Amino acid sequence: MAKLNIDRGTRAFARKSKRYSIFSIAKNAASYHQKWQQAWRHAEPKSTYDAVIIGGGGHGLATAYYLANIHGMTNIAVIEKGWLGGGNTGRNTTIIRSNYMWDESAAIYEHALKLWEGLSQDLNFNVMFSQRGVLTISHSEHELKGMSRRVHAIRLNGIDSDILSPSEIKKLVPTINIDPNIRYPVMGGFLQKRAGTARHDAVAWGYARAADELGVDIIQNCEVTGLRRNGNQITGIQTTKGFVKTSKVGCVVAGHSSIIADMANIRLPITSRPLQAIVSEPIKPILDTVIMSNAVHMYISQSDKGEMVLGAGVDKYNSYAQTGSWTIPEHMVAAAIDLFPFLSQLRMLRQWGGIVDTCPDASPIISRTDIKGLYFNCGWGTGGFKATPGSGHVFADLIANDRPNPIALPFGLKRFETGYLIDEHGAAGVAH
Amino acid sequence: MLKIKCPFCGVRDESEFNCGGEAHIVRPTTDFKLTDKIFSEYLFMKYNPKGVFLERWCHTSGCRRWFNLARDTVSHEIIEIYPMGVFPKTVKGKKAYRANWRRKSKSEAVSKHAKRTKK
Repeated sequence: MAKLNIDRGTRAFARKSKRYSIFSIAKNAASYHQKWQQAWRHAEPKSTYDAVIIGGGGHGLATAYYLANIHGMTNIAVIEKGWLGGGNTGRNTTIIRSNYMWDESAAIYEHALKLWEGLSQDLNFNVMFSQRGVLTISHSEHELKGMSRRVHAIRLNGIDSDILSPSEIKKLVPTINIDPNIRYPVMGGFLQKRAGTARHDAVAWGYARAADELGVDIIQNCEVTGLRRNGNQITGIQTTKGFVKTSKVGCVVAGHSSIIADMANIRLPITSRPLQAIVSEPIKPILDTVIMSNAVHMYISQSDKGEMVLGAGVDKYNSYAQTGSWTIPEHMVAAAIDLFPFLSQLRMLRQWGGIVDTCPDASPIISRTDIKGLYFNCGWGTGGFKATPGSGHVFADLIANDRPNPIALPFGLKRFETGYLIDEHGAAGVAH
Repeated sequence: MLKIKCPFCGVRDESEFNCGGEAHIVRPTTDFKLTDKIFSEYLFMKYNPKGVFLERWCHTSGCRRWFNLARDTVSHEIIEIYPMGVFPKTVKGKKAYRANWRRKSKSEAVSKHAKRTKK
């Protein structure tokens, strides 16, 4: 597995006056919290930038932050159609893990996990990264055998992973039903202790605030309507707030990747599908681990507010409607109640459907294109949140140096011609 | 939840069906002209429009027969249901067929079958 030294750059907020700290809380308490500085400026597009990132979700903001912080490119902008983190970033089930089987995936997700560990300090913003462990359970003898194969492959890459028996699972998660006679009996599972969750909004806000501090313009409510090029070189983008001249464009637009690619006449292997999540009413702390089950298409955790957060697989048809069919939540609730009978008492608070960019091999695309200066970071499908820092880190490197680093290299678009696919359906499948 | 009118069984819930993805993809047949790039375009690259999309569905839990569907990917409105092997007849369906980048792609250009259907 490819490994890179983690270059965290120089930390943003070197100037103490703008840092969030216990002293700044005390100081602002004295003025009744009326004088907190703005987290980021309200920027309007300038006429020229060195690079423009399309998409103000977690990955786009992380890319901008690392471009400014590590590669010194501060004359850049992030352009967002809606508001920051208003898409999949702000509504996903926030699971973070790096227990992927193939070396290429293990490298990028572990790179991301190492950046997560210490991200709050880097950004001077509490992203509430909680390494509460992710437990994937198996429901049959054969699934358990496949799982132990994966666990060994993961451990060979130096990533923590442990097989647990049903009784060990019961000890870790007392509320789980391990009765062997239920429809989906718990036969065992594997646990990554360093895995966990983070607060998704805080990730977007933290990156935005730190990028802004370094001089990045964050432009909201601005939609990209066209790409302009001179021959084979990108020269600028057309937006609803006018034309912006730039020679480098990074597209990090998840479900809308095909739309931007169409503007440049580029083909992507992406299909846009709805991914749903539901949240229950908040209850007292009852589950301090993330539980996943690939076989029954369900994952569940409890947020810090106390809501039970449930997610499942994508809907079966292409859609841009940001909703989904009821069959998916119905199935996921049925599976969850089988494992955790107490859930049947809860009421559902809200449902979310976001448009994710699924790729044929369930691995992302971090790539240059045939057009010089146009880069794509997409295809994360249902599991992009966990990779946010790693994805931004390697994509910034790609944009700044116009060559993929060893971690990003296997994820190029060329793999669909060479056949060197990174088939992560096993690790990803549903609970990606 | 979609309500789909199976041409053989009538209106049923979406949960009885499976979606087979994009319709009218033509496999490139002229082997000697085939490069990895052209085959990759046929095999992996997707037409993924925000608007009317022509797709194949199968009534898996019913008659198990396949048919084509023209559906809007934003409103989920089903515009036309038509049999396998034929082309859409509605204005929107025809437009969606022509708008697909595959019609101008190399992988269709090297296919004998596509040339036949164009005539």
